[in-house]
Amino acid sequence: MPMLPVDPSLHYLVAPPGGEIVVRPRVPYADVACDFLHELSALLLAAPEARAFPDIVSFAYWCRKANIARLKETHGDGEVRLGLGLAFHIAPSNVPVNFAFSFAFGLLSGNANVVRVPSRSFAQTEIVCAALRELCARPAFAAIGAATAFVRYAQNDAITGAFSAMCNGRIIWGGDQAIQNIRKLPIPERGIEVAFADRYSFCAIDARALVDASDAQLAQLARGFYNDVYLMDQAACSSPHLVVWLGEGPVLDAARTRFWTAVHRETADRFALQPVNAVDKYTLLCRSAIDNGNVTTLTRHDNYLYRLSLDSLPTDMDTFRGQYGLIYEFDTDHLANVAHIVSTKYQTLTYFGLDRATCIDFVVGNGLSGVDRIVPIGAALDIGVIWDGYDIVRSLSRIIDFK
Amino acid sequence: MTAMEQPEFSLSEVIDLDPFALDRNAKSALYVRALADLTDHHGAHSPEYRRILDVLGHRRANVRTPADIPFIPVRLFKEYDLLSVDRSEVVKTMTSSGTSGQRVSKIFLDRATAANQTKVLTKIVSAFIGKKRLPMLVIDSRAVLKDRNLFSARGAGILGFSMFGHDVTYALDENMQLDLPAIQAFIDKHRGTPALLFGFTFMIWQHFHTALKAAGVRLDLDGGVMIHGGGWKKLVDQAVDSHAFRKAIHDVSGIDRVFNYYGMVEQTGSIFMECERGHLHASIFSDVIVRDHRDFSVLPTGQSGLVQLLSLLPSSYPGHSILSEDVGTVLGEDDCGCGRPGKYFALHGRVQSAEVRGCSDAYAAG
Repeated sequence: MPMLPVDPSLHYLVAPPGGEIVVRPRVPYADVACDFLHELSALLLAAPEARAFPDIVSFAYWCRKANIARLKETHGDGEVRLGLGLAFHIAPSNVPVNFAFSFAFGLLSGNANVVRVPSRSFAQTEIVCAALRELCARPAFAAIGAATAFVRYAQNDAITGAFSAMCNGRIIWGGDQAIQNIRKLPIPERGIEVAFADRYSFCAIDARALVDASDAQLAQLARGFYNDVYLMDQAACSSPHLVVWLGEGPVLDAARTRFWTAVHRETADRFALQPVNAVDKYTLLCRSAIDNGNVTTLTRHDNYLYRLSLDSLPTDMDTFRGQYGLIYEFDTDHLANVAHIVSTKYQTLTYFGLDRATCIDFVVGNGLSGVDRIVPIGAALDIGVIWDGYDIVRSLSRIIDFK
Repeated sequence: MTAMEQPEFSLSEVIDLDPFALDRNAKSALYVRALADLTDHHGAHSPEYRRILDVLGHRRANVRTPADIPFIPVRLFKEYDLLSVDRSEVVKTMTSSGTSGQRVSKIFLDRATAANQTKVLTKIVSAFIGKKRLPMLVIDSRAVLKDRNLFSARGAGILGFSMFGHDVTYALDENMQLDLPAIQAFIDKHRGTPALLFGFTFMIWQHFHTALKAAGVRLDLDGGVMIHGGGWKKLVDQAVDSHAFRKAIHDVSGIDRVFNYYGMVEQTGSIFMECERGHLHASIFSDVIVRDHRDFSVLPTGQSGLVQLLSLLPSSYPGHSILSEDVGTVLGEDDCGCGRPGKYFALHGRVQSAEVRGCSDAYAAG
């Protein structure tokens, strides 16, 4: 069994006994893995210090028994599968609990896991790792404890290379540049890599449906849109930058006013806009005016929400991203008129008032090379085992074919 | 143009006035017209600036006070070549002094703007230290001036302020070490005449004050005057404020007239000088507006916010109204104890950079 590298620059937050990681693949959604996550959920939800972090709470909810059971149900399709062996996770440096989700996916797929946590110190990292240490020490979970390591280190190709050389699957959460750099460090011939690159996401709203929505629906929608855009400063891959309005005439005008008024109220109540954010956002606005000739006018809702109207959609639309609530808007009568901008860069389409057939037909009927998540407004940041078009649990396991 | 309209603003209208000649009402009336004219001028000649005005929906008819003039963020000068004259008319390109790897601002000057910067700087500084040229000691190294093609803010500052002195002597050698023999010779030569010392705040602190203290030397520059600028950022960490700075300088040199100034390469010339009461003052050539970061509304006197800078000088580049990255407070207008009309204010440093969120820098920041 492989020994984990030891180096003064390496700090293990969770480590197997003796520094030796036991690689013994399990079937996906094995009972012990599901139980482990359930206990982790209970531990986190019981800890006052964990409850102070909404991102830990949503992770804990995701881990609870009923949710994992549901995932297990939809997963089973009669195939015999087994984890690949050792999964090496490289978490993003600035989304605090992403490392925990990545670990959960690795565990559910039946793998031993080495997780590189963000080198920047987050309270969330410490809280989740403390809970993991406690669980790994329980006799019932000794097998998982022997197959789990969480490590922190400053960027270091030699160390990343060593972990890469010993893994069977590598999961990279990072930007395009990060992925290209890490790819220079080889994984074994049979190794599999799942890389989550920079993506672009947008939103589509049916104007008629928006006008017809009840006040309660509208409030929920505004809250959802706020979460999609502002919780991660509009920097998450799944946060929308463009809102496509489907409709025309007075209905469209009414829908637009109603929606943005509600969103603005939400931002003013909840978003702690920092002075530096305001300067950055205004700079981005000016940059956009200069660089994007399709922008016609700005509508400002204080400095909380900037809306830039587009008279047409340039094919390089994915290079125009918002920040801290800067949204591009485009009006059309049919979603198909947006198809020409969709490249492999496109990830999530958040929607309101559109049905499944319309959305699926937009992607499948137009043979698009992008858009692999279509979720209601408010669910943009809901991470799951299916992400970026992959079922991560399936990607990190192999089929045992018997005929 | 109808008979009622005034001709387009020209700096020559005010260049001969005393730099603190205008009170609130007179200045506001001048600025509405002058800045609206400058906005039109830059909008007609800089395509990038025109795009910003169009997207912002700027209309001259809506300008009622100087605060209605649109502003552009100072960072834009780092990312674009913004100019309102043909490149053939550019006689000087000034750059901000950034550390290596950082992008620097590029400011394009034509003959007229460059000349106005010199004139205005002279007028403002003379209002504090008098018109007589004094023997001058620059607290920097001559090496800073070597690349004459690309004017760094430091080099431009030294050259700009050298107008106020004669027998300009550099106090530091090529390695930024105190050149004590040169300084002593300067003092001996000009004994009995007040000297003018000029330099950048941090350089003076580090390479002059601290070096003198370490060497146990107390210079005899009694009666001299010091002008310094460039920002307090590096000194804030050492908890050195204007008051402590003045005292420390007095202790090592005997100088008791120390004037700080605030200015940026994007608005060279129309600097803000610190008065005897320790307040930065706007002359008739420039102004400050402090805004609430939440909506950019104008904050009342006494409240701290983002600093917008107005200047009548820039005609070759659209820098007449810029949003700085500094935080400050307007302390009052027309009623400073020093007797100068105009706004006076205090600065509190740069906006704090926030942590970057998102999921795309595992490697870069890792």
